[in-house]
Amino acid sequence: MTAVTPVTLRRQVELTIDGQAVTAGEGATILEACRAAGIEVPTLCYLETLAPVNVCRVCVVEVEGSRALVPSCSRPVAAAMVVHTASERVRTSRRMVLELLASSVDLSTAGRDVHRWIEEHGARPERHGPAAPPAERDHAHAGHHEPPEAGLAATVAQAVKRDNDQYVRDYAKCILCYKCVEACGEEAQNTFAIAVAGRGFDARISTELDVALPDSACVYCGNCIGVCPTGALMFVSEHDLRARGEWDESRQEVTRTVCPYCGVGCNLDLHVQDNRIVKVTSPLDHDVTSGNLCVKGRFGFEFAQGGS
Amino acid sequence: MDLRTTEAPPSTAERVAVDSVLGPPESGWFGGGRTALDGHVAIGGLSLARSRRHLLLPVLHALQEQVGWISLAALGYLCTRLDLPPAEAYAVASAYALFSFEPEARVVVHVCDDVACQAASGGDPTEELAARFGPAGSGTTVTWRPSPCLGHCEHGSAALVQVAGERGGCGSLAPFTARDMERLVALGSDLELGDLTTPLALVPQAGTGPTRLLRRVGRVDPASIDAYRASGGYRALRRALELGPMGVIAELKESKLLGRGGAAFPTGAKWEAVARNPLRPHYFVANADESEPGTFKDRVLLDHDPYALVEALTVAGVTTGAEKGFVYLRGEYPTAAARLEHAAAEARARGLLGDDVMGSGLRFDLEVRRGAGAYIAGEETALFNSIEGRRPEPRNKPPYPVDRGLFDKPTGVNNVETLLSTLEVLTLGGAAYAELGTPSSTGTRLFCLSGRVERPGLYEVAMGTTLGALLDLGGGVAGGRPLEAVILGGAAGSFVGPEDLGLPLSFEGAREAGATLGSGVVVVLDDTVDPGAVVARVARFFRDESCGQCVPCRVGTQRQEEVLGRLAADRPLGSLEAELALLADLDAVMRDASICGLGQTASSLVTSAVRRGLLGGEHGNGHAGSGGGGNGHGGGGSARQGR
Ligand SMILES: Cc1cc2nc3c(=O)[nH]c(=O)nc-3n(C[C@H](O)[C@H](O)[C@H](O)COP(=O)(O)O)c2cc1C
Ligand code: SF4
Ligand code: SF4
Ligand code: SF4
Ligand code: FES
Ligand code: FES
Repeated sequence: MTAVTPVTLRRQVELTIDGQAVTAGEGATILEACRAAGIEVPTLCYLETLAPVNVCRVCVVEVEGSRALVPSCSRPVAAAMVVHTASERVRTSRRMVLELLASSVDLSTAGRDVHRWIEEHGARPERHGPAAPPAERDHAHAGHHEPPEAGLAATVAQAVKRDNDQYVRDYAKCILCYKCVEACGEEAQNTFAIAVAGRGFDARISTELDVALPDSACVYCGNCIGVCPTGALMFVSEHDLRARGEWDESRQEVTRTVCPYCGVGCNLDLHVQDNRIVKVTSPLDHDVTSGNLCVKGRFGFEFAQGGS
Repeated sequence: MDLRTTEAPPSTAERVAVDSVLGPPESGWFGGGRTALDGHVAIGGLSLARSRRHLLLPVLHALQEQVGWISLAALGYLCTRLDLPPAEAYAVASAYALFSFEPEARVVVHVCDDVACQAASGGDPTEELAARFGPAGSGTTVTWRPSPCLGHCEHGSAALVQVAGERGGCGSLAPFTARDMERLVALGSDLELGDLTTPLALVPQAGTGPTRLLRRVGRVDPASIDAYRASGGYRALRRALELGPMGVIAELKESKLLGRGGAAFPTGAKWEAVARNPLRPHYFVANADESEPGTFKDRVLLDHDPYALVEALTVAGVTTGAEKGFVYLRGEYPTAAARLEHAAAEARARGLLGDDVMGSGLRFDLEVRRGAGAYIAGEETALFNSIEGRRPEPRNKPPYPVDRGLFDKPTGVNNVETLLSTLEVLTLGGAAYAELGTPSSTGTRLFCLSGRVERPGLYEVAMGTTLGALLDLGGGVAGGRPLEAVILGGAAGSFVGPEDLGLPLSFEGAREAGATLGSGVVVVLDDTVDPGAVVARVARFFRDESCGQCVPCRVGTQRQEEVLGRLAADRPLGSLEAELALLADLDAVMRDASICGLGQTASSLVTSAVRRGLLGGEHGNGHAGSGGGGNGHGGGGSARQGR
């Protein structure tokens, strides 16, 4: 297929990042400019295919003249901007964001980068104390809470939600990046089966009054699974293999194919371990899907394999 | 959009409640009838009139009031009526403290246990209730729960009573004692809203020189438009119509009036930006969400001088080209809601609101929208989301409200006190107004005096009056005891001490002292009050009120509360130094990396307490005064039932 790239004449903006002169297209974000200049800025809630929600704040940088730090994933560059991505202030805030998340969320299946960032920034989640026992989260009433026993650190630990055959929701691993909500709603699927409920530390991804997924509007497109950065949303097949200690990415092969179910032509990446399809993803950069699929492409393999 | 709502049908009461706002489903358009609310609010033309999502909060209020809680079936029904996904409606509703999703006692008494009442009562005001009426949430017909500040701090204690039923609603009781609770329990299922209409005692107000903003408070009948006009009302609107928009803006600029809502933004510049914005329609919002602990000024103004806000909002509307105004009123202010509605209706009947304001040919009308227990909804962009029926989460800025605010349209938003001050600017003239106060903080300012002060109340003084002079007006520390500290500005403010009595109460004076005037809060603490308990309560406040959007504030406020709990229990993790280092790190990330002002200031009182040595050290636990002050109240440690 020949890709037709529209020629856009963007004005160029000159700015300084970490003492380095950088040129970026007008309208580009600071993050994009950093990446183009080869400077790594950690991100958690940012995804190329979704509008930035800028809530995790791990990507903050210092912009001279700005009182507070700014989220690089959403702030556009401006002429003569002077940006610092590794100043003391930036490193402190990044370290603390990572530390706060690691002290309250199970990051065991989050990407490798997350663990590297935690290490590189010297985050010490353990200094907040040992984890408190799991608290009731699904029915927490806004404005009221029971503080944990003195000395213990509250976490989002809770039981895995397993209410359908397609995927599990393990919100003990949820960093509340809003990606699944965006993917389910306005940005892709237009289903609005899930949203952020409650507030503050009790904020959580939920269906209406926490009804089970089969009773909600969910159509099992799995697009939320595709965007989840921490493995909170996971194929039942992957979840069960992991639970049995049999999940092994080194034994997996990924095969690109076109979904056979209809004529749209969605690309599918089939992840195969021991001759079984264990999960299906879709490339983010594909111009038809942008990573999104429907229930047939995402979970059709289960019918093909006669269940798992 | 795939709408799927639960199959369970709503009960008759639930249907009636929803229909009371949306009209019966058969009669109108889009599955619903036109209603009183729709009738006089045509929101932004057809596209927005079609989306009735902005009626979500009014519908939820109707359900809570008439049924007492919001069931899955009720949610499903209202979502069908409003064409909303149920997950989204629940996401919105569950962000507010005043809505329940489980069957509740018919009468719920929300009892203030916040800083000013704590200071006034010398301990946790809910301890006696817990001992006599059982823990929070117990009781099948009448129950009580702790509440953040209810905006009646001058009375030293307060409660908001929610009564569910066909003619349900809520009422305020202040002061509120265990004896009042006894009465409510005795009335039990016979309790009606009418039983709560005891007029709220008005604490005497005072000031230096002639009072301006307070001139009618307690003197002029708040229910009579004739009394309002006879006492100078509607002179400012007449003047505004004579001057025209640019004339009014010139006066405001000359007056150098700065916003009283916290950010001290120049009011004239804000109005001008809205007025000059070519995009239409424009909106103007009066921010009456007042939820900063220790603040009660806007409530006093609205309870006792509601026409003044109606007039001021009309002035703002005709000046900025907004034909529609909203008063976003704190949900816990039922008296103000009733009086404002009454005032607006009278003004409408007299042609002072509506299609031809005061015969000018200009159109302006307003609507009162009630919040539902969320401090964050006072942040201007969260407020817009709240009116629109979205989660009260602050938006990313820019764009600023003057460019894209309510319903994405150019919007002016001012605090109630700011709006009332514009009336003074118009009647006095901008130049004369600028003569009041200090050169860079002009005019008068309201201060909410509470806690251990001889005469708590609302005081109006010229900007620049010293803290000491203000305390003297209030009769000094109650019982002549030694002053320990003052909370200046609110929960998002800071502590100042006896050595700061010379501090001039002006924007620049506060800034130089590293403090803030905030919403005009002055909570007086004497040597019987444990500052550790006060700070722990404030930490709990921010933990409960964070919207939860961003990590620094969502987790940071939780961790901050935990550190203070450990310090109060004298169980530091590691050493005291390690705990203070942790507090400093939390302060850094919340201040520097949070999205909005809530997270950015959630540590400011804690940090100032540390700086003043009020935490840890000899003050941290077993404070010198707690023997004399009654019960030992280790902060944050009191057992609290979640709901
Ligand atoms: C967490 C938070 C809560 C706020 N609450 C209020 C409030 O209750 N009332 C208010 O007038 N302003 C409040 N503000 C400030 C508003 O965002 C806004 O600045 C103000 O309404 C502008 O009015 P002014 O220009 O008259 O000061 C709050 C701000 C934050 C960050
Ligand atoms: S599977 Fe699809 S429809 Fe279901 S919650 Fe995820 S994104 Fe929404
Ligand atoms: S479930 Fe995953 S995608 Fe959704 S908010 Fe949590 S971490 Fe983000
Ligand atoms: S700072 Fe707190 S209140 Fe403000 S957006 Fe972030 S989480 Fe919400
Ligand atoms: S990646 Fe920028 S705020 Fe999350
Ligand atoms: S009403 Fe109790 S602190 Fe304000």
